[in-house]
Amino acid sequence: MEAVFAFCVGLLTACGVFLTLRGRTFPVVVGITLLSYAVNLFLFSSGRLVINAAPILGNGHYTDPLPQALVLTAIVIGFAMTAFVVILAIRARADLGNDHVDGTNPPHEEEDKR
Amino acid sequence: MQHLPILPILIPLLTGTLMLLPPLGGGIRRQRITNVIAMVVLMIVAFALLQQSLSQSQIYVLGDWQPPFGIILVADRLSALLVLLTSVLAFGALLYSLAGDDNKGKYFHTLFMYQLMGINGAFLTGDIFNLFVFFEVLLIASYALLIHGGGKQKTQASVHYVSLNLIGSAFFLFALAILYGTLGSLNMADMALRVANLTPSARILAHAGVLLLLLVFGLKTAMLPLQFWLPRTYSVASAPVAALFAIMTKVGIYAIFRVHTVVFGAGAGELAFVAVPWIWPLAIGTIVVATVGVLAAPTLRLLIANLVLISAGTLLLAIVLLNPQAFIAGLYYLVHTTLVTGALFLLADLIGTQRGQASDRFVVSRPMAQAPLLGALFMVAAVTVVGLPPLSGFIGKALLLEAAETPAQMAWVWPTILISSLLVLVALSRAGTNLFWHLSGSKPGTEKAAPVQLAAVIFLLAASPLLVIFGGPATDFAAGAVSQMEAIYPDVLPLLEGAHR
Repeated sequence: MEAVFAFCVGLLTACGVFLTLRGRTFPVVVGITLLSYAVNLFLFSSGRLVINAAPILGNGHYTDPLPQALVLTAIVIGFAMTAFVVILAIRARADLGNDHVDGTNPPHEEEDKR
Repeated sequence: MQHLPILPILIPLLTGTLMLLPPLGGGIRRQRITNVIAMVVLMIVAFALLQQSLSQSQIYVLGDWQPPFGIILVADRLSALLVLLTSVLAFGALLYSLAGDDNKGKYFHTLFMYQLMGINGAFLTGDIFNLFVFFEVLLIASYALLIHGGGKQKTQASVHYVSLNLIGSAFFLFALAILYGTLGSLNMADMALRVANLTPSARILAHAGVLLLLLVFGLKTAMLPLQFWLPRTYSVASAPVAALFAIMTKVGIYAIFRVHTVVFGAGAGELAFVAVPWIWPLAIGTIVVATVGVLAAPTLRLLIANLVLISAGTLLLAIVLLNPQAFIAGLYYLVHTTLVTGALFLLADLIGTQRGQASDRFVVSRPMAQAPLLGALFMVAAVTVVGLPPLSGFIGKALLLEAAETPAQMAWVWPTILISSLLVLVALSRAGTNLFWHLSGSKPGTEKAAPVQLAAVIFLLAASPLLVIFGGPATDFAAGAVSQMEAIYPDVLPLLEGAHR
């Protein structure tokens, strides 16, 4: 289980980092979203992975409740931030006339248009 | 008065929310009155908190949930001082905005209050996850404040600023998860206790986590490789917002200080001061790059934004010198630099407006309507920020130079600070000459600064002579803060012991 979990977190992070390094706002937004999924999973695992246990103190067999509370907070904040960045990306498209992160089309694309 | 530590968070939260609701949300006039009243109350509360913290650091246990599981707020001298500094700076920025900047978009006053809530919370919290939450509060308010008023340039700068900070937040959470996984606690005092007893394998992980935190805080502070967003963002924001942002890099510095030299400080065993060797070259590099930026800046705002970077680098140096003297110097310099750069941003806007088309670019323009007055203010601000005697910049830098004790420290700190000061002096003289003396025609424009705008600038600039006149008490206070920093955790410890039993 740990290996699969670690693989998922790693894959999501790698994809997220790759996409945030792209030049257009949409891939960047998707990348940030993937990165926040990876973070949430990783945060969740920081209390160790336990199967079939309630996040409440009981008779010895329980899972750490704190990371779950942290993940919940992180998800809420992540949603708000994602919503903001989507709106900002749309606004940037309208204000700047293109969807490039720097606000201008890179030179080689300008040439393609001609 | 036991609830005093939470008031700097609650007042902005409630005022900001009230201003969304009908009786207050209706008119800008009512919002302005409410906001000014709230700011005055906030300053009084911050001052009372500072008074209380003089004798003992105040610990506020939220909801009576005992640490390390519950969240605590810690108001020692350092955080109380920063809260007071924030409210004074914010009052100046707010006064300035009353002349019309707050009416260029919606919800300025609400966002302004939420921003203050985030900053105050970040200064007061004693829990590292709570620090993350308050960072997000202050960030989302700052995103919205940055594009307040709209315009192409602002949108373009915000795309970078927002995406960069979101990625930063993701890394913050990664670091937190690593630290929680290894230390089993997120309460800063508790972490400081546990960090010395880590097993070797956990220590490697914690090491990685701590350095990741340095990356995140370095982004907020605009430390060397992560500083490119700052000049652009700060130079396009509207004047009161840019002035308020002058405190934001200090939030990052405060976080670096708390986590890297207090939690992972002398008591941290093998992990003691792990980040310090990284901060040294980066701090010096920040000053060097920012000085080049100051020399190369084509507009006054860009120049001031680079001055913010220099002050961030200087403060980082004050942290890593790791002696009480340097800390005192750093605290003094922090108060001075925050208020003066805030005033400079406001002044740049006044100058830009009165020069008409030329704005704040260093080109030939028509004369300003109030050139003598603005020139005098600019002169005072420039003398202060460069660090020429007799104003506060000189004392701050002199204290810092004095604090470098070993030859190795002197070899790095002295030339960096002195040469950068000289170059900033050159750049600012050039800027002054360009703005005030390179004129075409003799017909000045008609725009005049509103009295309230001038009052705001003078209010913030007045801090500099005051800091000189009350230099003795100020350094005594900082010295007290040092001894309290060493005692802060003992204050929290009785609460922790109750929980561990």
